[in-house]
Amino acid sequence: MYATNYHRASSVQDALALKSSTDETKYLSGGMTLIATMKQRLAAPSDLVDLRHVADMKGITVSGRSVHLGAGTTHYDVSASAALKSVCPAICHLASHIGDPHVRHMGTIGGSVANNDPAADYPAALLALDAVIVTDRRQISAAEFFTGLFETALEEDEIVTAVTFEAPEKAGYSKFANPASRYAMTGVFVAKGAGGVRVAVTGAGADGVFRHAGLEQALSANWSPEAVAGVTVDSSNLMADIHASAEYRANLVKVMAKRAVAAA
Amino acid sequence: MGLEGIGARVVRKEDKRFLTGKGRYTDDMTVPGMKYAFFVRSAHAHARIVSIDTSAAKDMPGIIDILGGKELQADGIGNLICGWMIHSKDGSPMKMGAWRPLAHETVRYVGDAIAIVVADSLAEARDAAEAVVVEYDVLPAVTQASRALEAGQPQIHPEASNNLIFDWQLGDADSTDAAVARAAHVTEMKIVNNRLSPNPMEPRATLGIYDEAEDHYTCYTTSQNPHVARLVMSAFYNVAPENKLRVIAPDVGGGFGSKIYIYPEEIVCLWASKKTGVPVKWTSDRTEAFLTDAHGRDHETTVKMAFDADHRIIGLKVDTIANIGAYMSLFSSATPTYLYATLLSGQYDIPAIHANVRAVYTNTAPVDAYRGAGRPEATYVMERTMETAARELGIAPAELRRKNFIRSFPHQTPVIMNYDAGDFEASLNAALAASDYAGFPARKAEAATRGMKRGIGMSCYIEACGIAPSAAVGSLGAGVGLWESAEVRVNAVGTIEVLTGSHSHGQGHETTFAQLIADRFGVSMDSVNIVHGDTDKVQMGMGTYGSRSGAVGMSAIVKALDKVEAKAKKIAAHLMEADESDIVIENGELKVAGTDKTLPWFQVALAAYTAHNLPSGMEPGLKETAFYDPSNFTFPAGCYICEVEVDPETGKTQIVQFVAADDFGNIINPMIVEGQVHGGIAQGIGQALLEAVHYDPANGQLITASYMDYAMPRADDLPSFQVSHQTTPCPSNPLGIKGCGEAGAIGSPPALINAITDAIGNNELNMPATPQKVWLAANAAH
Repeated sequence: MYATNYHRASSVQDALALKSSTDETKYLSGGMTLIATMKQRLAAPSDLVDLRHVADMKGITVSGRSVHLGAGTTHYDVSASAALKSVCPAICHLASHIGDPHVRHMGTIGGSVANNDPAADYPAALLALDAVIVTDRRQISAAEFFTGLFETALEEDEIVTAVTFEAPEKAGYSKFANPASRYAMTGVFVAKGAGGVRVAVTGAGADGVFRHAGLEQALSANWSPEAVAGVTVDSSNLMADIHASAEYRANLVKVMAKRAVAAA
Repeated sequence: MGLEGIGARVVRKEDKRFLTGKGRYTDDMTVPGMKYAFFVRSAHAHARIVSIDTSAAKDMPGIIDILGGKELQADGIGNLICGWMIHSKDGSPMKMGAWRPLAHETVRYVGDAIAIVVADSLAEARDAAEAVVVEYDVLPAVTQASRALEAGQPQIHPEASNNLIFDWQLGDADSTDAAVARAAHVTEMKIVNNRLSPNPMEPRATLGIYDEAEDHYTCYTTSQNPHVARLVMSAFYNVAPENKLRVIAPDVGGGFGSKIYIYPEEIVCLWASKKTGVPVKWTSDRTEAFLTDAHGRDHETTVKMAFDADHRIIGLKVDTIANIGAYMSLFSSATPTYLYATLLSGQYDIPAIHANVRAVYTNTAPVDAYRGAGRPEATYVMERTMETAARELGIAPAELRRKNFIRSFPHQTPVIMNYDAGDFEASLNAALAASDYAGFPARKAEAATRGMKRGIGMSCYIEACGIAPSAAVGSLGAGVGLWESAEVRVNAVGTIEVLTGSHSHGQGHETTFAQLIADRFGVSMDSVNIVHGDTDKVQMGMGTYGSRSGAVGMSAIVKALDKVEAKAKKIAAHLMEADESDIVIENGELKVAGTDKTLPWFQVALAAYTAHNLPSGMEPGLKETAFYDPSNFTFPAGCYICEVEVDPETGKTQIVQFVAADDFGNIINPMIVEGQVHGGIAQGIGQALLEAVHYDPANGQLITASYMDYAMPRADDLPSFQVSHQTTPCPSNPLGIKGCGEAGAIGSPPALINAITDAIGNNELNMPATPQKVWLAANAAH
């Protein structure tokens, strides 16, 4: 790790001020990606502004079927929330399978969505749930927010403060873990709600998380695991690496979609 | 056996310090004035070094010095060596290219060391290393051994034309070819043994200390064999003469073979300590470990197994290409030859065997022995071929093996080895019973109702441990003898120190060796200390690898104990005015048999040191040394049966049962032996299911340089193992021990792959059996 300056923000406004006053500054939340990257000297921010002590950015609120997740909420807290489980158990299940216990007690939903790792779990959930990403200055729909590999609609100094969504009638998530990293080699989140059926895929897309129209049509017509069988998943825009070819990932998209519906 | 003697499940003495974080590893060592090293390493797999500019880096804060290969060579430090000479079948010696501790002309793999930066802190050393400007003339690279042999490929060392180091053979080609020609059935397979990274929990580290006043060097290092390190650094690398070089290998956190070898870093840190006048410490980070620790395996093999009409094997022909990497590591030539082809008879009576092995340079990390070292490769060839042959011949895999088992001992194979003892059928029967093999069809049918493909596979392995008779290995090209030494010091109050040339880096010697003493003299284990790992304390020894510490190291202790016992009995007989032959040792006392005369152990020890009343002419003291040179290898063997369920939709394999039935001869501590079996099987499953080193074939960059891409087995990848032991004592050493450290890694990969190929109905599957590969193979089978 290169030398860096550490700042602890006490509020969102404080964080914005600290960011604007220093060069090459990065916001730090759980640090589960950023710190590891810095240790490998692949990232070298001059300053870190720590968001973990901003009280307004923490906590889970469920009113009716409306869900509000503070950006600083850890994966563990999402996985263990009884209120959340009562309206959307699928997202609790998803959070319970991110990384390992250490990661789940440090990593946050805000950090995860802002990083937009193409193999992260939350982007699939937020896209399928038609969630809104709330920032210090605006609200962005998940469809607008995730723009590419490690790319989002966030402006340079913009801070994710919360994620909100309406809990769907049914939702399920199934992931096939990379044998080495245990990140999603393919993960599929399915949701059936007022706005119809939405199917989002992470870990497989060459441009990051994406919705699959064919699966959505098939499941809109017949919400059942069997409905997936007739869908064709095109491999041409999927990732390929030493662990999985695009063709194999295309197969996993179908299998994981089927299992996600079965679990919903 | 008593509570602490041979055969007792004694809790490990060393675990308190390990489990409470109180172990003392090389990186824990701190001495006054110590500075930190970071190595500048090649970013390219193959390149000529045009220039190295350290001027800007040397001016950076905290920098003591930056040293390169030209200075090292000017100081007379030698190139790294391979310690085992192999001759090609045309009689020519192996073609070894130069391995410079610091490259200054050519780099041959990504990670090749170029310069050492010594600084006040590690961060400053890293900063300066990044500022060293190396100008490269990048050359084409080749990473796969069979490809490196082809015409037009990059030439890696001028000495080895077409990158061929040797073309070696063992056995009889003519009789084997004739057997294949007249066979009723030939099973032919192409088999790849995947390249592995050793991944000990503790990465390599070294601390070099030069004392100018004494003109003396001390080297703390993560070594499995500190005396061999001192010998090689003195005799070949000219670091210092042996009497001016102390090598200490303190607690070492796993080795699996990778810490046998002398690497550039130990040599360079010692030399740099003298050049800079400060102690120099280097600790590998995990990516450096992936890049530079000697890798294991990496064979490409074609095998033909010939059967007569009665399903007896009449011949075995094996052709192997072994990837040696960019340089020849210390025992790299022995691993794919005498540690491999000599085990190609397996557990079977085979009249004709011929093996041909070509060793090849590539632009990859050096490859050397890794847990099993040649025997896993041999076992994988034999046992995958046996299982496939049984399927082709339409007979039960167990019955095909049974028909071909060696049943009388000693048995001379056509490939050097003389098996001294074994009962292969006993382990097979135990494994069949423990796995409920007969009940498998019902379990398969039940799994099918859940949409799962269930498969079962076995592996009947034999391996060679207790390396090795020195004259025998000398005649085969070894540069060293493979005996072991021991010294037993009985102190004046009767407590005992055992100094051993074996080295414990996870094996539990402090417990098992003490159990041997407790068993022999009836003293408590707490009164026994095991001393190892320091060339200033322990006389010359050969270290720990090849599962040799029990069979060879403990045999040396037994020899020394024999001498101690004889002298103690002489003293006791003198003091009790009895005949020496009437003295017996029981429960910590020396007694005159048939009388009530007795002397406690400590009084005999005290008498030896007070020397007031010793037999006439006897020297004072009670301390003896011994060197033990084994008369033969030992031959652990067993049968492993694995049962899996494959998810046909994803290709993911779950191991639902794993049975191990091993014959290790006599056992000192069953709990430690079971731990070794568990760990070995976990590594074997890692190889078969998960692990593989990937280089980019286009440019030689290491893709699997972290745990993000290199898949290690985790607890949830593994089942609970069912382990049992069958015992035929080894007749070749005094304790009847065979060795258990590597068997799990040797026997398990073919059992697992045989189970998966059974499940999916396709014999063509290479390790690691990743979900994608299994999914493709399963689909190809339909």
